[in-house]
Amino acid sequence: MSSEVRFITKNFGKYNPDSIDSYISIGGFSALKKAVKMDGEDIASVIAAAKVKGRGGAAYDMGRKWSQARAVKGEHKLVICNADEGETCTFKDRELIKNDPFNLIEGMIIGAYTVQARDGYIYMREEYRHLRPRLLSAIKQAEEKGFLGDNILGVKGFNFRLHLYSGAGAYVCGEGTALIRSIEGKAGRPRMKPPFIKVSGAFALPTCINNVESFSIVPHLLLDDSNVYTNCGNGESIGTKLVSVGGNVRKPGVYEVPFGTTVREIIFGLAEGIPGGRRLRLVQFGGASGKVSDERILDTPYTYDDLKAAGVDVGTGSLLVIDDRTSVIDFLRYTQAFFSHESCGQCTPCREGNLHMKLLLDKLAAGEAHPCDIEKMKKIANIMTLTSLCGLGEAAQNALLSAMKIFPEVFAVGGAH
Amino acid sequence: MEMVHLKINNIPVEAPKGTKIIEAAKLIGIDIPHLCYHPDQRVKARCRLCSVQVAGKKKLLASCSTEVWEGMEVFTDTQVVRDAQVGILQLIMADHGGNCLTCSRNGTCELQALCTRFNVLDPHLPNVNKKRQAVNTNPSIVRDPSKCIKCGRCIRACKDVQGIEAITFANRSDKIIVTTPFDIPMEKTDCTLCGQCSLVCPTGAIVEKDDTQLVLDALQDPEKHVVVQIAPSVRVSIGDAFGLEPGAIVTGQMVTALKMLGFDKVFDTNFGADLTIMEEGAEFIHRVQNGGVLPMMTSCSPGWINFIEKHYPELLPHLSSAKSPMSMFGAIAKTYYPKITGVPVDKIFTVSVMPCTAKKFEASRPEMGRDGRQDVDAVLTSRELIKLIKYVGLNLKNLPESDFDSPLGTSTGAAAIFGKTGGVMEAALRTVYEKLTGNDLPELEYKPVSLDKPASYPQLNQVRPNVREASFELGGRTFRIAVVHTLLAARLMMEKVKNGTANYDFIEIMACPGGCIGGGGQPIGTTNAKRDERIKALEKIDKDLPLHKSHENPDIQKLYKDYLGEPLGEMAHKLLHTHYRKVCLMYEFH
Ligand SMILES: Cc1cc2nc3c(=O)[nH]c(=O)nc-3n(C[C@H](O)[C@H](O)[C@H](O)COP(=O)(O)O)c2cc1C
Ligand code: SF4
Ligand code: SF4
Ligand code: SF4
Ligand code: SF4
Ligand code: FES
Repeated sequence: MSSEVRFITKNFGKYNPDSIDSYISIGGFSALKKAVKMDGEDIASVIAAAKVKGRGGAAYDMGRKWSQARAVKGEHKLVICNADEGETCTFKDRELIKNDPFNLIEGMIIGAYTVQARDGYIYMREEYRHLRPRLLSAIKQAEEKGFLGDNILGVKGFNFRLHLYSGAGAYVCGEGTALIRSIEGKAGRPRMKPPFIKVSGAFALPTCINNVESFSIVPHLLLDDSNVYTNCGNGESIGTKLVSVGGNVRKPGVYEVPFGTTVREIIFGLAEGIPGGRRLRLVQFGGASGKVSDERILDTPYTYDDLKAAGVDVGTGSLLVIDDRTSVIDFLRYTQAFFSHESCGQCTPCREGNLHMKLLLDKLAAGEAHPCDIEKMKKIANIMTLTSLCGLGEAAQNALLSAMKIFPEVFAVGGAH
Repeated sequence: MEMVHLKINNIPVEAPKGTKIIEAAKLIGIDIPHLCYHPDQRVKARCRLCSVQVAGKKKLLASCSTEVWEGMEVFTDTQVVRDAQVGILQLIMADHGGNCLTCSRNGTCELQALCTRFNVLDPHLPNVNKKRQAVNTNPSIVRDPSKCIKCGRCIRACKDVQGIEAITFANRSDKIIVTTPFDIPMEKTDCTLCGQCSLVCPTGAIVEKDDTQLVLDALQDPEKHVVVQIAPSVRVSIGDAFGLEPGAIVTGQMVTALKMLGFDKVFDTNFGADLTIMEEGAEFIHRVQNGGVLPMMTSCSPGWINFIEKHYPELLPHLSSAKSPMSMFGAIAKTYYPKITGVPVDKIFTVSVMPCTAKKFEASRPEMGRDGRQDVDAVLTSRELIKLIKYVGLNLKNLPESDFDSPLGTSTGAAAIFGKTGGVMEAALRTVYEKLTGNDLPELEYKPVSLDKPASYPQLNQVRPNVREASFELGGRTFRIAVVHTLLAARLMMEKVKNGTANYDFIEIMACPGGCIGGGGQPIGTTNAKRDERIKALEKIDKDLPLHKSHENPDIQKLYKDYLGEPLGEMAHKLLHTHYRKVCLMYEFH
């Protein structure tokens, strides 16, 4: 039975995260040194060949993103690391920043080299303010050592600076366009696309945004001569993934697992199962915007395709385990209240829809719902999915809609109209 | 132009590359429902009502923000689309605090029209409106947040057209509102009360302060002698509210309607406009000949006056001291008019019909009156005039034409063009030039001027160029003039004046796009396309009138001879000129 692997997290505990010398002593920045001898397109190809998908939730082909970003013309381009990590039960990025800040920075510098960016931003959620000093010091040390600045590693014209930016703590600021507006000092509300971020992102400059975990994979992958990464997983799901397991488990935490590990192994193996002899009620995959399942999912291999076939998604890689003390409805009420609170409020379906969904769930919980209320929920959810401006409104009802399939009995209210 | 071929509801459409689906659908007569979309504004894509199905796409696409592509197949009327449209309308309805029966936008409200169109009779959802109180703290504009659908049109008008940013969105989620900085009353912010926000609001959430009842009451009061004056632009802007073509000239029908409404005298603000030219023209000559402050700037647009008083008080000496046509007319109506008619001044109630919400504020200024009386007792916007006419069951379409009453009803073509950008300048120069040379003003050739516009203001240069300049020779001197409309353009021009690069002698500034014909009190549905029609109509009125220069107006000549004396003389100064002051914004004290 496979258990945890150490690839993305291989540096955890191996060096002093406040010291660049310590990082260098374990081989830090050798990936960057290798990268600057490569063509940017080849770096993107390495990532594409390993089928790395963005780890922020949308699972966009990362190699492709970098090669597209590289192709965009622009004197001044940006890379942004999305460290907003706002999804519930998701805390892998925090662990990466805490335990291995230099690897993230190295990954971003490689990203900058690949897409030819001059500036980089780390957009870190306000709640991680305790990590600010560590990151700021890491950036400063990297500047002092010449890994950031002008003509990095002697490569003429490879100039890159890194900035740390914290938002005011809105979940929606993890959405790319809202994040960009927030960095620009504006209210963090998503905007429509086009213009696409890769063409016109922060300050209207071509911008490439990736998640913390996405950037963190890169240095390891470039040095992975023995194919440790690509030997894990299969099909579209190659390599390893950081999963954040939380909720009613004995050992919540971040685990690095090879794709293909079963959900049971993660929850009952690594996280040591549910305490107190209680039963599993549901698991939510990939954060508040993720779908839910119950014990039927346990033997599904944790891969993009298998989870999808089973009705859920990898998303941010979180598994929120809920035991039988919490009812499905209470869980959904909480989720919908979260989205109603976090909606930026600009588009009708999400602003109004989330509020009504919350009210309808309250009604259901109070035992006052009629079949037509269930129909209304479905209708509103459908409109939100189809017409919302950004991913928040589009995904806010994932939990509800999947719960309707998994737990039909909860929604089987009696009575006429 | 590169053309793109697509199908909308299986009908082939050809549209220029870059066209949005919603615009392409118009080409084949389909009106895709929309609330945040406005043809003159940049895309907001917030309401999502315009969502349509596109072959190959899982999600619906917002037709106001999606450009057409070659081979695109759009469906605007499938079950999925209808469900979304009705569902979104129901969501909006369930967050609506208004009651159509008591709403000033009843009949012109886009939300109401859409709910009628889609037969949305019941939201089937509980009402979640926060029922915020309406804010009614100034003479011009009332905001009722309970009717706001958060479309953002007002914010775009205020920022992109006027460059003011007095209002914006605050908060998030269902608590999002349109409001001012720190939620303080509009008039105490950067706001100029220009009303452009109220002109584009699809609902009754930002409206003019309604004074129709005040006027109706005065009309019914046998003790009152009610006179009305009508601004130059109104006669070309209200026709379409009665089913006529945009830009239809309805001067005579409008006069008939006002007489039927019971006004004792129907006069013309154009008379006041001719008077303004007499004074402003004389002032300009005086400044030129005596080394006065140049460039002189026009002063007839109250939104502009509010703007300069708040934003560029250091430039106030540039403003002509001449009152606006409305206020000049008001002063005459409360002094000269009682004198020649014998009607006691206390019985006279003066109403003005204006394209403008800021005029309501102007009329309330303490300097616009004497002896404890205001010169103008009530200001109605074009929108309120339409209501009054409908109130008494009239339709301009069916009315005969009548003439304005004498003596304050005669005017020249110079006054007619006051209602459009460039008109005041043209009118003033016709008089100035002839006074100084004895000849007709040669045709001026205007060139658009591009000012350094901030990248964040893409709307500049929307209806005709917002800034134009021209020059002419007079007495061996070259005069350079500029014509500016919209407050955003005004701001850029003021920056030029401040840094000394505005090498002009005379600048005309109007706050609203296109001038008064595009004013913030004009009928709902005013678009740039309609503005252009109205401008053409005013030009036609000018052409068709026998007199084209203000000083040729016989009643004006008589007024000076019998009462005022000379332009800029003592009497004229007392009645027809005013002064300005720096206005502090509330948050400057905070
Ligand atoms: C409402 C919303 C919130 C999001 N929050 C995050 C976040 O906190 N962190 C993140 O990396 N991506 C977040 N995303 C996804 C980003 O938009 C984007 O896809 C991602 O940062 C791209 O990086 P990746 O390709 O490396 O995953 C969010 C998306 C939405 C719609
Ligand atoms: S879907 Fe929600 S969060 Fe996204 S733009 Fe619309 S209101 Fe804002
Ligand atoms: S804003 Fe429109 S829908 Fe609302 S009350 Fe007024 S007329 Fe009716
Ligand atoms: S009245 Fe004019 S300045 Fe005031 S908020 Fe409306 S658009 Fe802006
Ligand atoms: S006040 Fe009117 S224009 Fe402004 S957001 Fe609300 S509904 Fe739209
Ligand atoms: S009209 Fe397209 S989203 Fe509002």
